[in-house]
Amino acid sequence: MIANTEQIWDWLAEVPDPEIPVISVVDLGIVRDVAWEDGECVVTITPTYSGCPAMLVIAESIEEALKNRGIARFRMKTQLSPAWTTDWMSEAGKIKLKGYGIAPPAQQVIDISSITSRLARKRADDLKVACPHCGSTNTRCSSQFGSTPCKALYRCDDCLEPFDYFKCH
Amino acid sequence: MVDPKFEYLLRLADNALVLSQRLSELCGKGPALEEDMALTNVALDLIGQARFWFTYAGEIEGAGRDEDQLAFLRDAHDFHNLLLVEQPNGSYADTLARQFYFDSWHYLLLEKLVASSDEHIAAIAEKSLKEVRYHLRRSGDLIVRLGDGTDQSHSMMQNAMNDLWMFTDEMFQADAVDQAMVEQGVAPDLASLRAPWIAHVTEIFEDATLQVPPINAWMQKGGKQGVHTESLGYLLAEMQFLPRAYPGAIW
Repeated sequence: MIANTEQIWDWLAEVPDPEIPVISVVDLGIVRDVAWEDGECVVTITPTYSGCPAMLVIAESIEEALKNRGIARFRMKTQLSPAWTTDWMSEAGKIKLKGYGIAPPAQQVIDISSITSRLARKRADDLKVACPHCGSTNTRCSSQFGSTPCKALYRCDDCLEPFDYFKCH
Repeated sequence: MVDPKFEYLLRLADNALVLSQRLSELCGKGPALEEDMALTNVALDLIGQARFWFTYAGEIEGAGRDEDQLAFLRDAHDFHNLLLVEQPNGSYADTLARQFYFDSWHYLLLEKLVASSDEHIAAIAEKSLKEVRYHLRRSGDLIVRLGDGTDQSHSMMQNAMNDLWMFTDEMFQADAVDQAMVEQGVAPDLASLRAPWIAHVTEIFEDATLQVPPINAWMQKGGKQGVHTESLGYLLAEMQFLPRAYPGAIW
């Protein structure tokens, strides 16, 4: 069966992320391209983090989705460059994240060229993240590393709830 | 003769793998829940990076070795990581000192490798750099907090920095492999990383109220040539046990 690529994109938009099932692999910006090459459907994906264990499950879920829709010949291609960034996350995805209790990336990715300077570190520390529960920006980072590679741990000093922050990358 | 690019890729892979294994030893043993998660997150990033480097090294070698064979079926003298990354976890100050020295260098190296003439190396570096930026922010931040903390944390941090200092010079010592990579435009001149590394370490140490150890101190070397400290063999014995005892085992 030959489906047009637009149709396939729609199908992939229903494939949930295994760790954060409210958003899809398309919302996350993991799917970079869908194309037909000599009767074979080629889906190009990019890893979020080098060691993210969810990537294997994501590739399998995409294969499963294609199979279930009757696509017999397909191939997954992994692309490293340009490196995945949270700037590719869809606006709809950010809203869904927030509703799920995870603060979405707060801003465009900051320039990483000068992290070895005091000023750049200060700017990164000054980042304001809004609490997904009460909306307050009176929050602080408890750890840059959270329950998955893509998240940091925060707590809100107004409603006192801890929360996950999907960090800029 | 071994392709210098294969050798160079192995060094990058071995650094990431060995440090990842060290950090993984602390899984479930971190001094606080947040630290435990941070250590394992960093270990996870490094293992992912090691897999990219090993896979590409295997392709360059062209002898059919995959990432697992390169990681699990080589002995200590065939590992060409820096001596720094194989040092034991010690106290938490030692773990952080090792991490900060390495992160500072790793970050500066990857920044240059993004411009490598080898597109695949540039792509892996671009990917890794974004992760290492978080590693460096964390380790630098903790050095400042502990150095500028209590009398006890200050003295433990200073001692750890002094103890591991002798393993830092190796990061900037180029040999024939490094020179070949510079000539091919694949990798930067290691000596050029020294000044920015010293500048960054000095800045963090100032904020941490720590003293930078003497630049002209006695320095160890040999990791890149396969001459290791006694620690590496034990690490590999644990890491490689399963695939060696049960060849071809899969999940």
